[in-house]
Amino acid sequence: MLMIPGFLGIPYDFRWSVLWESPHGQWILNGLLNTIKIGAVSWIFAILLGILFGALRTSPFRPLRAIATAYVEFFRNVPLLVWLFFWYFGAPEVFPEGIRQWLIHHGMEFWSGVAGISVYHGARMAEIIRAGIQSIPKTQTEAGLSSGLSIFETYRFIIIPIALRLIVPPLTNDSLGLLKNTSLAMTIGVAELTFATRQIETYTAKAFEAFTAGTLIYLVLCLSISFVLNRMESRFAIPGLIARTERPEH
Amino acid sequence: MNFDWAAIISNAKFLLVQGLLGIGIFGGGTLRLAIPAILLGFVVGIFLGLARLARRPYIHYPAVLYIELIRGTPLLMVIFWFWFLVPILLRKPVPEYWVALTAFVMFEAAYIGEIVRAGIQSVGRGQVDAATATGLGHLQTMYDVILPQAIRNMIPSLVTQFIILFKDTSLASIIGMMDLTKAAQTVSERDLRPFEMYIFIAVVYWIFTYSMSRFARWLEVRMSPDRAIP
Repeated sequence: MLMIPGFLGIPYDFRWSVLWESPHGQWILNGLLNTIKIGAVSWIFAILLGILFGALRTSPFRPLRAIATAYVEFFRNVPLLVWLFFWYFGAPEVFPEGIRQWLIHHGMEFWSGVAGISVYHGARMAEIIRAGIQSIPKTQTEAGLSSGLSIFETYRFIIIPIALRLIVPPLTNDSLGLLKNTSLAMTIGVAELTFATRQIETYTAKAFEAFTAGTLIYLVLCLSISFVLNRMESRFAIPGLIARTERPEH
Repeated sequence: MNFDWAAIISNAKFLLVQGLLGIGIFGGGTLRLAIPAILLGFVVGIFLGLARLARRPYIHYPAVLYIELIRGTPLLMVIFWFWFLVPILLRKPVPEYWVALTAFVMFEAAYIGEIVRAGIQSVGRGQVDAATATGLGHLQTMYDVILPQAIRNMIPSLVTQFIILFKDTSLASIIGMMDLTKAAQTVSERDLRPFEMYIFIAVVYWIFTYSMSRFARWLEVRMSPDRAIP
C-alpha cells in the first residue's frame, strides 16, 4: 500500500501522524461514536418496522397486506440517499411548527438520518422476515398440533426456532449493509466516520491516510460483527435440518 | 404548508433529460452511468468470481482479498478512494462521470464475483463427477454442464444486484456528478420546493427499480427447474 503512489513516480509525502494529531484523532473517535450511535438507533427502529410489516405481509386480512406491500415496495425501491434528502430537506416542511422546532433543537440531522435509514432498511428487513415466515411449510404447524402441542407451544417450540434460524443469516447481512449505509448520513451533515475522514482530508490534504483510516475502521467493524454472528449461527444450527452450504454474505 | 406540484412540471424536462438521461451541458445522467456500470461490472465480476474459484493461490488469494476488502467498505468510501486515486493514476484531472463509472464497476464487480462463485458452487459435485465419468473434458464440463445450471441459479441474485447498483448510482451526486438526485438537489435549492422534487425523483427511481424487480420475479418463475422439465 505504502508503495503505490511512490511506485508510480508521483511524489507523495506520507504523514500518518495527521490521524492522531489534535484535533484529528478526536474527530475520528467522535465520528466512530456517531456511526455506532446512528447505526444502533436506526437498527432498532428498522427491526421494529421489519417485524411489524413483515408480519402484516403474511396477514390473512387483505387491506393490511396491501398496506404492508405498498410500504415495502415503495421504500426499498428508492435510493437511500433520496430518502435522506427527503427526510432532511423535504419532510420537515410539512411537519407542524412545534415538531420542527423540537427537531431543530435536538439534532435534526441525526433524526432525519435515523428516519431515512430505518424506514429504508425496515422495508428490506420486512421482506426478509416475510420470506422466513412463509418458508416454513404449513405441515410443520399441523404436525405440532396433531402431536398434542397447543398453538402457543407449536409456535414456541417449532415455528419460531426454525424461523429465527432462517431469518438471522440474511438479517445479519442486511444489518451490516445498514452499518455501511450510515456513511450516507454525512451528506445531511451527521458528523459520522466518513464525514470525519473527509474533514481530515479537507484540512490536511492527506487523502490517502485519512481514507485508509476510515476504510480500516469500517472493515474491522464489519468483520467483527459478522464473525460474532457467524459463530452464533453455527452454534445454533440444527444439524441436518437446514443445510447451509455457504456462509452468509456480509 | 401548501404544495406546488406545478414546480414538478416546470422542472420535469431538466430532471428527466439532464438528470436521468444525461443529455445537456452538465453531462452525467443516471441511465448513462447505470447502464455501462452494470455491463462492465458484470464482465469484471465474472472474472473475479472465476479468479476466486481458481486453485492457483496467486490468483485465488488476491481475488479473495479484493472481494472482502470492497464488501467490508461502504460504497461512499470506495467512491472517495477512486475520486482520489483515478486522477493520480492517470496523472490528469478526470471528469466526475468517469470517476463514478470506475468506482461503480470496481465496487459492483466484487459483489457480482461472489454471486458468480456461489452460482458455480451451487452446481452439485455429482454433476462434475458424472460429466467426467462420461468422458467430457474440463472445458466441455464447464460449458455444457456447469455453466448452464450455474447461470440459471445466478440470475435472480444478479438482477437484484443490478437493481441495487441502479439505486447506488445516486451516490455519484455526492462527488458532484449531475444525475437525477443532483438535478433534484439543484432545482430544489433554487425553487425551494424540496418536498415535491424529492417525491418526484423517488417515483422516477421507483418506476425503474420496480419494473426491474417484476422482471426478476418473472424470470425466476420462468427459469425454475420445475418448468424446464415438461
